[in-house]
Amino acid sequence: MGESAVPLASGPSDPSGSTGEALLSVRGLTKHFGTNVAVDDVSFDIARGGSLAIVGESGSGKTTIAKMVVGLLAPTSGTITTCGHDRSTPARGAAERRRRGAEVQIVFQDPYSSLDPRQSGASAIDEVLALHRGGSSADRALRVAELGDLVGLDDRQLRALPKALSGGQRQRVAIARALAAEPQLLILDESVAALDVSIQAQVLNLLADVRADTGVSYLLISHDLAVVRQITDDVIVMHRGVVVERGATRDVLDHPQAAYTRLLRASVPTPGWRPRRRSEWTDAPDLSDVSDVSAG
Amino acid sequence: MSLVELPTTAVPPARRRLAGRGLPLLRGTGLVGHLCAIVLLGALLVAVFGAAIAPHDPDLTNLSFAFVGRFQDHYLGFDSQGRDLLSRLLAGARTSILGPLVVVLLSMLFGTVLAIATAWKGGRFDTIVSAALDVLFAFPAIVLAIIASVVIEPGLKAASLALSVAYTPYIARVLRSAALRERSRDYIAALEVQGLRAWVICVRHLGRNMLPIIVAQGTILFGYAMVDLAAISFLGLGVQPPQADWGVMVATGQSGVLQGYPMESLCAGLCIVVVVIAVNLLGERLSDRSTLVTR
Amino acid sequence: MSAADGRLLDVASLAVQLPVGGELRTVLHDVSFHIGPGEALGLVGESGSGKSMTARAIARLLPAGAVTTGTISYAGGDVTALKGAALRSYRAEVAMVFQDPRAHINPVRRIGDFMTEALRTNHGVSKADAVARAIGLLAEVGIADGQRRLEQHPHELSGGLLQRVMIASALLTEPRLLLADEPTTALDVTTQADVMAILDDLRRERGMALLFITHDLELASAVCDRTAVMYAGQLVEQRTSSQLHDDPLHPYTAGLVGARPRIDGDVTRLAAIPGRPRSAYEAPAGCAFADRCEHVEDACGEARPPLEPIEDGFVRCRRATELRGMLRAGGRHG
Ligand SMILES: Nc1ncnc2c1ncn2[C@@H]1O[C@H](COP(=O)(O)OP(=O)(O)OP(=O)(O)O)[C@@H](O)[C@H]1O
Ligand SMILES: Nc1ncnc2c1ncn2[C@@H]1O[C@H](COP(=O)(O)OP(=O)(O)OP(=O)(O)O)[C@@H](O)[C@H]1O
Ligand SMILES: [Mg+2]
Ligand SMILES: [Mg+2]
Repeated sequence: MGESAVPLASGPSDPSGSTGEALLSVRGLTKHFGTNVAVDDVSFDIARGGSLAIVGESGSGKTTIAKMVVGLLAPTSGTITTCGHDRSTPARGAAERRRRGAEVQIVFQDPYSSLDPRQSGASAIDEVLALHRGGSSADRALRVAELGDLVGLDDRQLRALPKALSGGQRQRVAIARALAAEPQLLILDESVAALDVSIQAQVLNLLADVRADTGVSYLLISHDLAVVRQITDDVIVMHRGVVVERGATRDVLDHPQAAYTRLLRASVPTPGWRPRRRSEWTDAPDLSDVSDVSAG
Repeated sequence: MSLVELPTTAVPPARRRLAGRGLPLLRGTGLVGHLCAIVLLGALLVAVFGAAIAPHDPDLTNLSFAFVGRFQDHYLGFDSQGRDLLSRLLAGARTSILGPLVVVLLSMLFGTVLAIATAWKGGRFDTIVSAALDVLFAFPAIVLAIIASVVIEPGLKAASLALSVAYTPYIARVLRSAALRERSRDYIAALEVQGLRAWVICVRHLGRNMLPIIVAQGTILFGYAMVDLAAISFLGLGVQPPQADWGVMVATGQSGVLQGYPMESLCAGLCIVVVVIAVNLLGERLSDRSTLVTR
Repeated sequence: MSAADGRLLDVASLAVQLPVGGELRTVLHDVSFHIGPGEALGLVGESGSGKSMTARAIARLLPAGAVTTGTISYAGGDVTALKGAALRSYRAEVAMVFQDPRAHINPVRRIGDFMTEALRTNHGVSKADAVARAIGLLAEVGIADGQRRLEQHPHELSGGLLQRVMIASALLTEPRLLLADEPTTALDVTTQADVMAILDDLRRERGMALLFITHDLELASAVCDRTAVMYAGQLVEQRTSSQLHDDPLHPYTAGLVGARPRIDGDVTRLAAIPGRPRSAYEAPAGCAFADRCEHVEDACGEARPPLEPIEDGFVRCRRATELRGMLRAGGRHG
């Protein structure tokens, strides 16, 4: 994929700027699947307590980045550093794995497959607590209740099996389980996309509260630009594996520069919006690479 | 008011009524499932206590009673050697049922471990192991049993071992797809991210969630193992006469069948058929239930 | 009722009950609306509110044992009474895009067979023609290599691709009425815009009527002439789309508007509606929204309010006139 013609707006997450105290630092991250280049030379930083969004169309490599950061997928090349520790190679040993788990956690999109169907929320959270902080089971039970409180789940809901919980409640369990390791960075891969509007608002408010309370950082992956604006400070826009624009979320959404970002922004339905086909976009100079998206 | 009638895939009412009732272990298997379980429980009790409750010595020969029918407290009469048939059936239950049980336990153990390991590791490990299992799959169980009875001495041990090995590729193949499906679920990834050891995740989560399928497969396999072991004994490669065993009895009863005294083969064969049918019906129901649960 | 009043589809007091565990359970309760040729009606609501059931009732695809009351008429004829050839010719004019494409496309047959079957058997189009048309429509929904896709099986396609195959195949038969059940949920916004543009053109050029189901109020307001909001199996409000957003009449509509984050303007704390969405059978006796409404009064719990006309729309709330204008401000607070 060629270079973007658009100058990359500089922002707090600009890798060329001084990194200062970066919590997560990603440099030249690349992932090939056979001949398919899913992620191509991506770099970004997240400051301690910061919140960064990755937006972009389906198949642009967002989930692949998340999986590499969290350690579920090995990068083809590039480095990933959290709190000064490299995590671009597989973890060696249980202690190393545990330390990585205490740095970065992830909440997935599908609330229906992200919980063990035969394990209650309380037991899932307890399992994580036992791994990361140990302590007596009474101590842990106390902490389970605290975490339940934090995400708005009562005792009965914590004790229920996933099948007895709604999508929103399951997603809260998943968030509580991720927070149980007391991570510095929480990756949210489309974590609110499957939720109903009213539940989504509850979870978004919850995420804002948790960040205010615990100082955790977010890496949010989303199609939904309104959600991105709601809970992130900075954003990078991806198209076909490359970053085409980056900057403060407000600036990028209000004054998109790259052709793809402008298309994305204009595709969001608002009152008075008239749907336009990609092919009708003749005013943008380099949209040749934006039409025809039919990746399987 | 109008009724809209259209085809549907709803559960038939009879099935639905029984679902959710019954013993926890057998829930959703219906009346038939429970009846089968009772039959199997009875068979298991006979297998354990059969020799003890046998009214006569199963190995005592008295050629003057050869092929004599029902006589006094010899309710089923005598076999070609003049041994009490009922006692031999009771005593023979042990090898006939415990043999397949051992086969099932061993092959389920090998198969499950291989299935989970290949599904977990993937990549080249998966390719190599799957290819090796495919080769093994090509050998009929009987051929393996012949080899085993040559290498080890002919007997139940050799036959069970051969069958366990022969069944392993099949079990591994069936369970691997289930393990792959479970492996691809996000909760497994979440546990990995937490930093849990792979084997802990496999035992505590992946394996446990496959348990219904494992149990269902094992039950179905039991029927096959029983018939195959009997066939091997029939060929003289399994349990050795004069020890009582249903498979052996079907074989030794042959001479009687030709002379018009079919009781020995018939009774032993009937025992095998009843247990196999019960096991298969139960296995099918457990398997139906496990696909419903995992969906 | 006749089609003379410019209505292609007219649904009046539709109620549906489904058998669950031996008893009938209400999933729709008093749903009424109409759609004219070339018109688009949006049907909005959260999970379990009965949107799909409404579409299925119109398409005559309810599960066996379902009890329907009320009337559904299409071009003046009673849909619930259709049988045999009449039902087939009705289905030839009414197409449906299903919410879950993977469950509604035969997994063992090729995409090409799935797409062209109706065209060839019901409309007598030759195979070559049908294939050419299918490829053309696939290209329109953004699938360029249609020829190759027609040879593939459903499992080889991603959810988004399959959803577009479903849309293209529904449009192939040039329906007069399209029932589109969340047709763009698996698509990203740029592809969604493509699909909406096609539906827009078909409405304008061929006068296709559209029932557009979505949980996205903004999308419905943007592309539909009128929008109906469902809650717990009932219509709670129906308005001209442009007004729904700016001047909601029902507290639930106002709640939905306030709960969505905004893509422009300042970020404020979202006014989340407490509790979770209800299905019809779980809803409280009086007003179905009473247990989550911030404007609730004792009287709201007593009787189920009727759907009452108000200016250009309908609303099901006792306090609608009284609260008029306050909801907009009240939608964003705290
Ligand atoms: N395990 C894999 N093997 C081969 N190709 C893969 C694999 N995972 C992802 N890809 C490919 O990599 C590309 C990026 O996929 P990715 O899942 O990261 O996209 P995404 O941006 O998260 O999309 P979406 O918004 O649809 O979730 C796609 O073309 C996809 O087909
Ligand atoms: N086959 C069925 N039998 C019994 N109840 C059903 C059946 N299908 C759906 N329901 C119930 O009917 C109600 C309405 O379902 P429907 O599918 O119409 O909701 P929806 O508005 O389309 O929701 P979603 O946004 O999740 O698609 C729900 O409470 C659901 O549980
Ligand atoms: Mg993704
Ligand atoms: Mg639906």
